Amino acid sequence: MDLMIESLPRLLNATKLTIELTLLSLFFGIFVGVFFAILRTGKNKFFYYIAYYYSYIFRGTPLLVQIFIIYFGLGQVEWIRESFLWIVLKEPYSCAILAFTLNTGAYSSEIFRSAFETINKGVLEAAKGLGLNKVHTFFKIKLPIAIRQSLPAYGNEMILMLKGTSLASTVTLLDLTGVAKYIISTTFRPVEVFIVAGGIYLIMTFIIHNFIKYLEKRFSYPQ
Amino acid sequence: MGLLAYGDTGWGDELFFATLMTIAVAAAAMFIGFFLAAIFATLKLSKFKALNLIGSFYTTVFRGVPELLVIYLFFFGGSGAIMYVAKIFGYDGYIEINAFITGAVSIGVISGAYSTEVFRGAIQSIDKGQFEASEVLGFKKKIYYYKIIIPQMLRLALPNINNVWQITLKDTSLISVTGLVEIMRMSYIAAGSTRDPLFFYSFAAVLYLFLTFVSMQLFNKLEKHYSKGY
Repeated sequence: MDLMIESLPRLLNATKLTIELTLLSLFFGIFVGVFFAILRTGKNKFFYYIAYYYSYIFRGTPLLVQIFIIYFGLGQVEWIRESFLWIVLKEPYSCAILAFTLNTGAYSSEIFRSAFETINKGVLEAAKGLGLNKVHTFFKIKLPIAIRQSLPAYGNEMILMLKGTSLASTVTLLDLTGVAKYIISTTFRPVEVFIVAGGIYLIMTFIIHNFIKYLEKRFSYPQ
Repeated sequence: MGLLAYGDTGWGDELFFATLMTIAVAAAAMFIGFFLAAIFATLKLSKFKALNLIGSFYTTVFRGVPELLVIYLFFFGGSGAIMYVAKIFGYDGYIEINAFITGAVSIGVISGAYSTEVFRGAIQSIDKGQFEASEVLGFKKKIYYYKIIIPQMLRLALPNINNVWQITLKDTSLISVTGLVEIMRMSYIAAGSTRDPLFFYSFAAVLYLFLTFVSMQLFNKLEKHYSKGY
């Protein structure tokens, strides 16, 4: 019990980094996801296959491999080390965000794609009939419907990403899991630390869950 | 390609056996997960509120807490718990649990939480009439479960079991932190001694892609087999 109270402030402090990593990756990941979802639903076969294989590769391999390739692997290539990319790739922090963004982007692109595909054809025909141009149709019609459609699945993805940020601890970052591991390995009291750190994760999961529920209500059609 | 030679000069054979280890851990974890899922799905479907609560607690905790944290719990806590028991019996030395068992159990507990939801959903989606009809026809409970309910359940659950398998397979990469030599750990060792991390981690990615691809094909075949009547 003493250890639980003692470790709480340190774990809460580390939670800041976990939240930061989650929010930043999700934020960038939405753009990546929407971009590749548009490529997937477009007519160009070449771009279609790029988007298809991007999502296939990132969903078919563990996140740990992706983060190791980006952090340990890419730094080995000489021309990358001499280019501007090195600014991003030399820091574990930005490497982690890059890996998480690409990973969540792949999963979200699948979610958004299926959301775009379920949009009723009649709605698009109506938009055309009203004389809306492509940009307007996308931002005013397609996107709002797709957002509503993909909310439940995207909520799950947010929770998966929150759990995924724990891998940042494998590239020396001291996020919630990283600090928890450090305390466990110095005190050898895993159960107490697990309860506190796990509890913090569960609270965050709970908040995301309810936030999505609230959004679902807000975005649902008036009945 | 010399790096992948079979034998003493390259890492081909080491990586091959590491791949087998990944498959073995994933299969063991899946098996443990099914066992746990059978128990906790029953709890979740039971009429008693208290049992429902236990079931929900299990699935909420192990689906909401990062896999890595669960692995650390079992890795650091597993031998401690066993040593504590051994102390009662008068043994005072250090006991280390096999890394394979630690890995299979910790991933199995996580995989079981996902499987519980799959099983529960599959049982619930079977029409009540099926249960009633089996009873009316005078089947014993054991027989109608094996002959009527489970085959129908399997058909509905297979796509989701496929999902759980893919998650479990990818989660095994995290066991590398405990030192078990599976694909990730072997790549780490090879990358360290050859100073070529890009090649070995990319190759690890290819191995995982190969495993997920092959298992997807297998599951597609199974799905076809079990939906013959539909």
